[in-house]
Amino acid sequence: MEIKRITAPITREAAKSLRSGDSVLLSGEIYTARDAAHGRLVELLDKGEKLPIDIKDTVIYYVGPTPAKPGEVIGSAGPTTSYRMDAYAPRLIELGMTGMIGKGKRSGEVIESMKKHGAVYLGAIGGAAALIAKCVTACELVCYEDLGSEAIRKLTVKDFPLTVVIDSLGVNLYETGVKEYLASVKN
Amino acid sequence: MKEITTASIIEKVRGMCIEANNLLPQDVSGRIRACFEEETWAPAKDTLGKLLENVDAAREKGVPICQDTGLACVFLELGQEVHIVGGNLYEAVHEGVRQGYKEGYLRKSVVADPLRRKNTGDNTPALITTDIVPGDKLTITVGPKGAGSENMSRLAMFPPAKGEKGVKDFVVETVQLAGPNPCPPIVVGVGIGGNFDKVALLAKKALMRSTEARNSDEYYAAMEIELLERINKLGIGPQGFGGRTTALAVNIEACPTHIACLPVAVNINCHVTRHVKAAL
Repeated sequence: MEIKRITAPITREAAKSLRSGDSVLLSGEIYTARDAAHGRLVELLDKGEKLPIDIKDTVIYYVGPTPAKPGEVIGSAGPTTSYRMDAYAPRLIELGMTGMIGKGKRSGEVIESMKKHGAVYLGAIGGAAALIAKCVTACELVCYEDLGSEAIRKLTVKDFPLTVVIDSLGVNLYETGVKEYLASVKN
Repeated sequence: MKEITTASIIEKVRGMCIEANNLLPQDVSGRIRACFEEETWAPAKDTLGKLLENVDAAREKGVPICQDTGLACVFLELGQEVHIVGGNLYEAVHEGVRQGYKEGYLRKSVVADPLRRKNTGDNTPALITTDIVPGDKLTITVGPKGAGSENMSRLAMFPPAKGEKGVKDFVVETVQLAGPNPCPPIVVGVGIGGNFDKVALLAKKALMRSTEARNSDEYYAAMEIELLERINKLGIGPQGFGGRTTALAVNIEACPTHIACLPVAVNINCHVTRHVKAAL
């Protein structure tokens, strides 16, 4: 299988060029955020205030890593389940976020927003946290340090292996992958 | 009367928290390896291979297999001939968890209140379940439990007329509804019987049993095998990208119930199903 190399931040055009089922290696800069950080970001938007990160063309990784051991860049850092961010994601996609990294299903509302604005949902292997940590070459605290593992951090990643789960056309590997497998067993 | 010090309990629990999070039990890695060998769908086989690589990477680097190092579920089987000295038994368990999660660089994933949500900062309190048993030993099982799979768990209070079919369909339906969310391949813990609270505990205890050990009652052992086959025909596959390997094992625990009740609980665990056991 051909593996596409992509670089973050990801432009709308680059996001739209990815197709559900593609294997990609992502390099560049991404931000971490999960439940609590998303709550705070959307609270800022509700108040009409500026976000602490530039959201345009940004990729957000849904992760709460373990603490780094001395001498390490980051601890174990696999994806968390994405649907918990569904309530917040469309607001960020509207503002220019082009990629989300996580695992598990997304809501119809998120998928509609991805189609409308051109964004992509990338799956990392849930539970492969020690392996994924090897792809992180730098980690810098951005804000919300009080949230501990849930703080927003900027990660520099190199060749982070991902699968395009839902593309900007709304094609969903969680549906097509299972169908294809079941069809292969029937024949 | 045998004396066990709280200091020895703290030390034991501390080490068990770190071991449980960094080293996958042999039975679980063995099941992943067996499924890797049997899986015929290429993307699924590839994913299972990555999971095995990850288990090796965690062991070699001495880091957690998964970043969700979980709620510390601790099961105590306290021999009735044991006298705990030096302090409070439960406080010793919490202290062991506190030290283990700090010294093992494990994630602190506990909030003090479910609605106000402030992190306790040390992964305490542990969730402790105690059984008083005959003998002069304290047997401790530590099973850090991740939330991605915990959130996909379900419980039903069926009328007895639902019977065996109703229970089995509920288990399969729960796995189907969970889809990719709980990080398949999963381990399915099933509780049947008791009452509302007991059935959930049975399901959790089922997850502490080896994935290779079937229920000692042949009736339930056969049901475990049948349910595993049904689940692995759903096609969800590793990570939900399609494939045979949706579950590694189904473990069932049953117990007596009321003439009007048929409670069933399904506690889902991910492929990082952790459990270590030791006796003092």
